[in-house]
Amino acid sequence: MFESLRRSALENELFYLFLNSRVAQVAALVALLTIGGAALAPLIAPTDPYDIASIDIMDSLIPPVWSEDSDARFLIGTDDQGRDLLSAILYGTRLSLMVGLLSIGFASVLGVSVGLMAGYFGGRFDAIVMRIADVQLSLPAILTALLIDGIARGILPRDKHDGLMIVVLTIAIGLSLWVNFARTVRASTFVERNKEYVQASEIMGMHPLRIMLVHILPNIMGPILVILTVDLAVAVLLEATLSFLGIGVPANQPSLGTLIRIGTEYMFSGEWWIVIFPSGMLITMIISINVLGDFLRDAFNPRLR
Amino acid sequence: MLSFIFRRLMQSVFVMLAVSLIAFSLFRFVGDPVAQMVGQETSIEDQENLRERLGLNDPLTTQYLRFVGNLAKGEFGYSYRTRQPVSEMILSRMPATLELGFVSLIISLLVGIPAGIYTALKRGGILANAILVTTLVGISVPTFVIGIFLIYVFGVELGWLPTFGRGETVQIGWWQTSFLTWEGWKSLLLPAITLGVYQLTLTMRLVRAEMQDVLKTDFVKFATARGINYRSLYFNHAFRNTLVPVVTIIGLQLGGIIAFSIVTESVFQWPGMGLLFLDSIRYVDIPVMSVYLVLIAMMFVIINLLVDLLYFAIDPRVRLKGAHG
Amino acid sequence: MSTVLNITNLSVKFPTRFGEFTALDKVDLEVNAGEIHGLVGESGAGKSTVGAAIIGLLQSPGYISDGQINFMGKDLTQLDQDSYHELRGQHISMIFQDPQTSLNPLLTISAQLIETIRQHADISIAQARERAIALLQETGIHDVENRMDEYPHQFSGGMRQRVVIALALCTDPELIIADEPTTALDVSVQKQILALIRTLCTERNIGIILITHDIGVINEVTDQVTVLRSGRVIETGLTAEVLGTPADEYTKALMAAVPRLDKRLERFRNIVKDDVLSAEDTSWKVAGASAQFASDWLLAEQAESSRQTPQTTLEATKQQSTQLSIEQSTQDSSIELSKKSTLQTAPQAILSVVDLAVTFHSGQPGWFRKKAGFKALSGISFDMQQGQVLGVVGESGSGKSTLAKAIVGLVDPSAGDIFFRGEALPPGSVRARSHQTRRQIQMVFQDPYSSLNNRRTVEDIIAEPIRFYDLANDKQLIRKLVASVLELVEMPQRAMLKYPHQFSGGQRQRIAVARALVARPDFLICDEPTSALDVSIQAQMLNLLKDLQQTFGLSIMFISHNLAVIRQMADSVVVLKNGRLVEVAETEQFFNAPADPYSQMLLRETPSLSLLQANG
Repeated sequence: MFESLRRSALENELFYLFLNSRVAQVAALVALLTIGGAALAPLIAPTDPYDIASIDIMDSLIPPVWSEDSDARFLIGTDDQGRDLLSAILYGTRLSLMVGLLSIGFASVLGVSVGLMAGYFGGRFDAIVMRIADVQLSLPAILTALLIDGIARGILPRDKHDGLMIVVLTIAIGLSLWVNFARTVRASTFVERNKEYVQASEIMGMHPLRIMLVHILPNIMGPILVILTVDLAVAVLLEATLSFLGIGVPANQPSLGTLIRIGTEYMFSGEWWIVIFPSGMLITMIISINVLGDFLRDAFNPRLR
Repeated sequence: MLSFIFRRLMQSVFVMLAVSLIAFSLFRFVGDPVAQMVGQETSIEDQENLRERLGLNDPLTTQYLRFVGNLAKGEFGYSYRTRQPVSEMILSRMPATLELGFVSLIISLLVGIPAGIYTALKRGGILANAILVTTLVGISVPTFVIGIFLIYVFGVELGWLPTFGRGETVQIGWWQTSFLTWEGWKSLLLPAITLGVYQLTLTMRLVRAEMQDVLKTDFVKFATARGINYRSLYFNHAFRNTLVPVVTIIGLQLGGIIAFSIVTESVFQWPGMGLLFLDSIRYVDIPVMSVYLVLIAMMFVIINLLVDLLYFAIDPRVRLKGAHG
Repeated sequence: MSTVLNITNLSVKFPTRFGEFTALDKVDLEVNAGEIHGLVGESGAGKSTVGAAIIGLLQSPGYISDGQINFMGKDLTQLDQDSYHELRGQHISMIFQDPQTSLNPLLTISAQLIETIRQHADISIAQARERAIALLQETGIHDVENRMDEYPHQFSGGMRQRVVIALALCTDPELIIADEPTTALDVSVQKQILALIRTLCTERNIGIILITHDIGVINEVTDQVTVLRSGRVIETGLTAEVLGTPADEYTKALMAAVPRLDKRLERFRNIVKDDVLSAEDTSWKVAGASAQFASDWLLAEQAESSRQTPQTTLEATKQQSTQLSIEQSTQDSSIELSKKSTLQTAPQAILSVVDLAVTFHSGQPGWFRKKAGFKALSGISFDMQQGQVLGVVGESGSGKSTLAKAIVGLVDPSAGDIFFRGEALPPGSVRARSHQTRRQIQMVFQDPYSSLNNRRTVEDIIAEPIRFYDLANDKQLIRKLVASVLELVEMPQRAMLKYPHQFSGGQRQRIAVARALVARPDFLICDEPTSALDVSIQAQMLNLLKDLQQTFGLSIMFISHNLAVIRQMADSVVVLKNGRLVEVAETEQFFNAPADPYSQMLLRETPSLSLLQANG
């Protein structure tokens, strides 16, 4: 029994490769810690940075505990408004991840369904979708996101704007990334649909929807998973960049990008911790996601083995 | 060949029309153009007159056609914010962005392609692995963090290079160039590296992946079995065959460079189009936004046409298929 | 004759996660100058590994663990990388399988030749060019001076392989390793290339190792042959002796499994059994499941379905069609048919193709212009009798697969009609999803690796048609049926718990047959069902198909490029060439006296098996 279990585990390529990749394991652990920390932010963060009542401006710009003039309450110091930096980072990561995950969810659902249909039906529908993708590609992701954000500013009244900012951000990032999914899924679907198992289903007279969902989709999960991971990193990066440019989430709900922007203003005057810790967190998170993405890409690409 | 180019041209026209439609909708529907142009105290009647004069009461198709016509003539309208002609504003900013993008593209290609070939050939080598780890950091660290880091080290700590602006420039016609002064080059260096790192990483990883694929093909194996020397094997046989995908992606990347120059320009206060665009978003300056949009798409389309022409130079299969009909 | 290459005790190992895999196990091989030495074996025999080990290009992480490769007095296993690379091309050269991929697409033929020549000889470009011209002429390229500056894609497959041979020859090597040099080519081209290799070998006194899976090729051209199996040498000697009087049991079985062009066997005997079944596999049963149960269930339906009568009669167009051997006039037969429909004895056309044409419009959908399109099939007419096996033969590009696709509705005909049991079959794009022929006509595909969905269990795969066609509802019954049908195709019942990737090609093809069978079809289309399989597996598969055909009275359209296989399977034969019908004939008549010159050529060019003993 144990032997057969071990054997089937070995036969599972992904699992085997994972067991043999120390790098992937570390990355998975780091990613897990980051996501866990972010998800549990309200439970483990020392203070609530959104709660204005608990913030004292007198506590602003306190350095980390190992420096002079530090305060034991603030492990890695405070920012310019007196918020505990650790709490702000935990909440900020939570916000960044949430926007990243939501927009990736949006992009993947849109991109996968459009890509499946374009790859399966081909013809006019495919031609039109791919032309739209061309237009979209001629406007790089960050530009699309900025543009949608700009439009939202133009349409929404200013007071509503801040409240809806996260929704706008999610849509902006999602819309700028769906093409990646659509193109990859279309290409993979195109390969699969010419395989004989799909033809067998067509001959039977099976409904195209069933063929796509039951037969093709499970066979193209590999590339989808890769894009999902790689683009999650891109989405988090985009969110951070937009926030850094002062266009993303509102300032009273700081994301990592916002914290870094604030930090740069104090960098030259010696308050280095405000910029270093959020940057470190952001980079660690993105590197761990990218390492996992690379691992998946290699694992699903038999050519490289 | 002609039919191929014709088809590509048609596609480009389609892309441009689609983008100008987006730009037009921006201009027409996001906020009220008239309300933006006039003050609060203007009477309804005057507003209506202005509306009529601007042709905003015409059918939408007429308005769109007029919009496209104006774009084609180079009449881009006036900024809501500064009341200057948009064409002037963009033209004065364009050299800064183009020079920045050009230098960072050169950096990314000159470093990225050799590094990609090297890491593909020396799989598992110590230096190759070190490069790979570095590139992983390269795609993971946001552009703005790289910029901040470079400013901190070379600008603040070491004080070697300027941290913002273009420094001294030379005016040639309407084109302001950084290339002719020492100060200009010094100012250009950090932003160009910042902008180039991400593209460099992408180029390197792409070249590496393509090289690895080509090295596995039968014709490279056959050339190896014929004892062709390694230099010719790697460059004449292998690398040359990676050029089509590499050129394609580099074309796409140029768009990326222009887009990410927004971020770089913001970090270094580089007076280019990106900074202008960012300001226009902050102040909802729709005419500037829509023209910037059209210009970017235009650049992208031109680059892609050039890439298509490069295919002809690279691949005889494309070239000769056209010639034989 | 001098010995060029002498391999002793060569072992090659590949470290894998399951431990070290021994690809070659103490292989001995001797090749003489002016001699073609065949290396033959089924997949996994290690024949290509021998070639790669000789030329020093073993795929990593494989390595030579033991033994010597003596080449012209040197032990190659002791060479360092650089000296090895100098040897390549200069003294040992190689010919690859697929001429489509073995030439650099971006360089002209002359550039590739001149570079190779100058790599190994210190001569001017002009001299190298002279030599290249001479070589291309020697390998049978016409109009060399003009054509040598063209690119590989401007040459046909056979011509490219000649260029590849010229490239392999251009440095006067002493040894050439030809790895399946004709496998990617049509038979008519294959014979010419083999003849060329033979001539060059004799004239230039080169030693050639010819790696192939095809006994016909071995028979045709080799002097000596070594039979490999699982990395071991099974038998070696003069070709005539090894093929004619094999000593080893495996070789005997292998030779018996080769389909014969000259006679039809009722069954293949002496089959190689190499599926190792564990006790766990054989003891696992679904309660009540058995091959008999499946057989009864399938036959019960047959009786039912034949009671249905055709709704419409054939049109007058039918009269013009090429007919095989119908005694009654067509219109009579369809009337007759409805009268005695409960009887299955009278021959009736189950399928009639009338003036069928299929045109493909290439490329992207054009909004601006209409393209002429490529005529994959035109003017195809033939009848096929109930309960018969119809062989469809043709080289690549003949349109034989397109014909199958038109019948099952994957492509639409551009003209003509297809009648199934006298009823017109609507084109695929308008054929109702619930059309009864969707069940009655089933298909077995060529590539068992892509014809099964790898993400579903074998049980799901086989149960799908049962559920889809609503042939059974009860979960227990479906499960029992799946297990029974597996047993019917000679697979252990436990296979239903596994996924397709856990099976070999032959086993997968059995699963594919089970999937087709469980729909209770009347008509089975087999599109090259054995061309991806090893010859011993092919023999098992053909036996299985014959058995099933006899048991269930299936009508089978058997598509193949392999004439010998067709002879074993078919009752009558349709020959296609470039989308046109060349000949329709009874099998025995076709093989004894083919009428059309093209058919005669095909039969002539197919490698003979003259050395094999006439067993039966």
